[in-house]
Amino acid sequence: MAYALQQLINGISLGMIYGLIAVGYTMVYGIIGMINFAHGDIFMVGAFVALISIVMLVSGGIMDGPAAILIVLLVSMCVTALYGWTVERIAYRPLRGSFRLAPLISAIGMSIVLQNYMQVAQGARVKPIEPLLPGGIEVMEAQGFAVQFSYMQMLIIAVTLGVLGIFTYLVTRTPLGRAMRACEQDRKMASLLGINTDRTISLTFVIGAALAAVAGSMYLLRYGVIDFYIGFLAGVKAFTAAVLGGIGSLPGAVLGGLLIGLIETFWSAYFSVQYKDVAAFSILVLVLIFMPTGLLGRAEVEKV
Amino acid sequence: MTGEVAAITMANRPSVTAAAMKDAAITALVAAGLFIPIVGLRTDVGADGALMIRQRWADVAILVLIAFFGRLGLVTWRGLRGEAKPRTAARTEVLRRAGTFVAPLLLGAAVVLPFIPGTGRYELDLGILVLTYVMLGWGLNIVVGLAGLLDLGYVAFYAVGAYSYALLATTFGLSFWVCLPLAGILAAFWGILLGFPVLRLRGDYLAIVTLAFGEIIRVVLINWVSLTGGPNGITGIPRPSFFGLPFSMSGEPDTFAGFFGIEPSPVHRVIFLYYLILILALLTNWVSIRMRRQPLGRAWEALREDEIACRALGINVTNTKLTAFAMGAMFGGFAGAFFATRQGFISPESFTFIESAIILAIVVLGGMGSQIGIAIAALVMIGGFELFRDLDEYRMLVFGGAMVLIMVVRPRGLVGSRTPTVALGARRAIGAEHVGEGRG
Amino acid sequence: MSAKGAVEPMATPILEAEGLTMRFGGLTAVDAVSFTALQRDITAIIGPNGAGKTTMFNCITGFYRPTGGALRLMRDGAPVDLQRLPGHRIARAGVARTFQNIRLFPGMTALENLLVAQHNTLMAATGFGIGGLIGLPGYRRAERLAIEKATHWLEATGLIERADDPAGALPYGQQRRLEIARAMCTDPVLLCLDEPAAGLNPRESDELGVLLRAIRDGGCSILLIEHDMGVVMGISDRIVVLDHGKKIADGTPAAIRADTRVIAAYLGEGDEA
Repeated sequence: MAYALQQLINGISLGMIYGLIAVGYTMVYGIIGMINFAHGDIFMVGAFVALISIVMLVSGGIMDGPAAILIVLLVSMCVTALYGWTVERIAYRPLRGSFRLAPLISAIGMSIVLQNYMQVAQGARVKPIEPLLPGGIEVMEAQGFAVQFSYMQMLIIAVTLGVLGIFTYLVTRTPLGRAMRACEQDRKMASLLGINTDRTISLTFVIGAALAAVAGSMYLLRYGVIDFYIGFLAGVKAFTAAVLGGIGSLPGAVLGGLLIGLIETFWSAYFSVQYKDVAAFSILVLVLIFMPTGLLGRAEVEKV
Repeated sequence: MTGEVAAITMANRPSVTAAAMKDAAITALVAAGLFIPIVGLRTDVGADGALMIRQRWADVAILVLIAFFGRLGLVTWRGLRGEAKPRTAARTEVLRRAGTFVAPLLLGAAVVLPFIPGTGRYELDLGILVLTYVMLGWGLNIVVGLAGLLDLGYVAFYAVGAYSYALLATTFGLSFWVCLPLAGILAAFWGILLGFPVLRLRGDYLAIVTLAFGEIIRVVLINWVSLTGGPNGITGIPRPSFFGLPFSMSGEPDTFAGFFGIEPSPVHRVIFLYYLILILALLTNWVSIRMRRQPLGRAWEALREDEIACRALGINVTNTKLTAFAMGAMFGGFAGAFFATRQGFISPESFTFIESAIILAIVVLGGMGSQIGIAIAALVMIGGFELFRDLDEYRMLVFGGAMVLIMVVRPRGLVGSRTPTVALGARRAIGAEHVGEGRG
Repeated sequence: MSAKGAVEPMATPILEAEGLTMRFGGLTAVDAVSFTALQRDITAIIGPNGAGKTTMFNCITGFYRPTGGALRLMRDGAPVDLQRLPGHRIARAGVARTFQNIRLFPGMTALENLLVAQHNTLMAATGFGIGGLIGLPGYRRAERLAIEKATHWLEATGLIERADDPAGALPYGQQRRLEIARAMCTDPVLLCLDEPAAGLNPRESDELGVLLRAIRDGGCSILLIEHDMGVVMGISDRIVVLDHGKKIADGTPAAIRADTRVIAAYLGEGDEA
């Protein structure tokens, strides 16, 4: 029981990270109907920017927990958002309205570029950092097993919920959100109604990248070690999460992320660590076969 | 009229330049934002094990300047060139005609390559590599280009072929010529097995599921140590023989060199492998071309164009997709078996997602459905990749950048047009604007 | 029309719908509709918007599986239960259809479109793809016959000049006719047309009427949904009127024209009157 509770805590904090990345996938998919393959690498860039800012802060002597973390988050979000914007501007905007596979290939190319750019710029070796927020509280103890709820996990859950709250407000209550939803429904009509669709799409990428940066920072703080390759697997799993939740659905992305995080954690805890990725992907395959539109996706009505 | 346009352009020029400068300045600013943290502040593990920062402002400055002048040049060039001319049907026709003599030329060059003076071991190895990708591209083209099914896990079938050959040959001692068809059949079998549940999924769902399958197979290969040797892979895979005559340095009568009475040389085997993959690739090409003119191949293309219409015409959509999937998988399996025998060693590392991505990129860059386009794309991508081998770690960076660039410049690939499979009169190429891209 | 009625001593049904019902969640789009379409007749289904015409049509052609009721196609005297067949089997049973928003294979030539329609015949001739690959003579013969049939329909629809042009490059009216030609290449006993006159100019509508009558006289029964009352009244032998998912009238054009319920439900509300 205690062991399961511990896995639940671990699974939720991991799932929150996946959920944050998945939101970026699902937003971009909803608005321009493409798999932004480079999004996982945007997450990786976010983690690296966070790493660099932490090292800068430490060498500058600023080590005060919450303030430092806030600065790291903000810097990472700003720089990563700029990367998200640039990727869209260079690799996707020229291909808007063209052949469906062209942006996908371009995105795969961009993913290769970002990975190798980071490898060249920051080196191929893994980057470890000291934990910024060690410790935690002991929730309960049973059969000699202590359930730990670390401060870091609390932070991840709190920050994720906070960011998602702001994000939800942005999408549902502001003119920007309205423009985004309008573009999602019918881009041509939206532009006829005076919405600057290019800018709306750019902002979608910026917001998605900022969320990925939060996820990257959290990942770095939680696991304490990153390398230039973390984007691929995290990206694939987050995309899996987005599809699982029903691509295009924002709550679905978070739900899917949580599920993937939980499945992965419980599978590793009770079955085998080696096959944890297989578990996540197998669940995806099963869900798609039996619920082709995901958990919260809109059923695609076949118009005849 | 022309004079008027020219006058307007002349009058506009100064303001264009001012706008270009502003544009370039903004680009430089963005570049600074991008490069200052990542390039300017390099993190390294210091002597005490903690990370420390190394500052590299000169590199940042160079990159920002490149961005500034690059953008300035691009904007100025665009301004001078004026409006981009739309591609006309005439141009499609010219390209197609060029294709008719480029194809035999390339084929001729491929056939005589081992005998061209100056072709050494390195050139042949590169040729084998390029041809392997040509074959994989042609194989995947059946799935993506003809049937319009987006498959991001093609490397899974390549892996199935390679491991099938390796295991059959090392466990049962079967010869390459027995294993080759078996590897193809097994890969096709896996294609059907994996395809059956998922082929009714549409579009990007299919893409992500095939990607997941590719990863699942790779993870299984890594972890099923007792069968696959795990991360260490399988070593000591038998090399192919010339129909029973081994390539050996001994020069005995029952070796290749001894039988034909020639000087034993290690190049013989490489030449043999080269022709083997050439024949396999040409087989793939021949089957694809013939299939297109068959009802099944036409049904694949019809599926790509409109699945619902196919259903209304009584075509069994699932089975038709499965045949495309299985046939693509089969050629992937052949290529895998060849890869295993050529390397003599395989490990899961050779079958990562990036391989699937490269093969898919070759198909899309070549122009989906175009055989010659794919061959050229493979030559450019894989050959070009080799050309940049001195760039070391920058090589993949250039590779990815090239993928983006080619897509931005030519979204429909090198050859986007389609040749009809049958005609009452003369066959005319169909412009890319009409050809569908598939939704599945 | 009346002449045709006179030379029809025995009216054999081609399609019988019995209590056909289709529900989407709580909405009943088609509510226990029964009607009979006769062999060598042009039967039209009309009704105001939202009457359930297209839904019924999709049930008949296998794109929806009806919630209840039976659909029997009489082929060679033997009834085939359409509601039990999977989508692609319905076409093989002899029901061909066109789409309201034309669904051709735009990147393939007109001729290729018509060859795809003969897929099942050709597949059987190739030994399911293998025989043709090695170039068995049986396949060549089958393909020649297929091209002949395609040529016949291209001529019948006046598209022979455009045989080698991509379908996507044809003008709208020609695309409509090509779609009919493609449906006819499946050798149907019942041709179902979803608003075939939509978007056609009056001259093209007249030509369509001629084509449809020729198809009927060639032995293929026709079922069509149409909004253009001129077309419907001019060519139909029999009209079924739906309103709110229910059948409200069924009869000859003259009878329908006089039916007060139809006038109330349709002609009174529609702008065609």
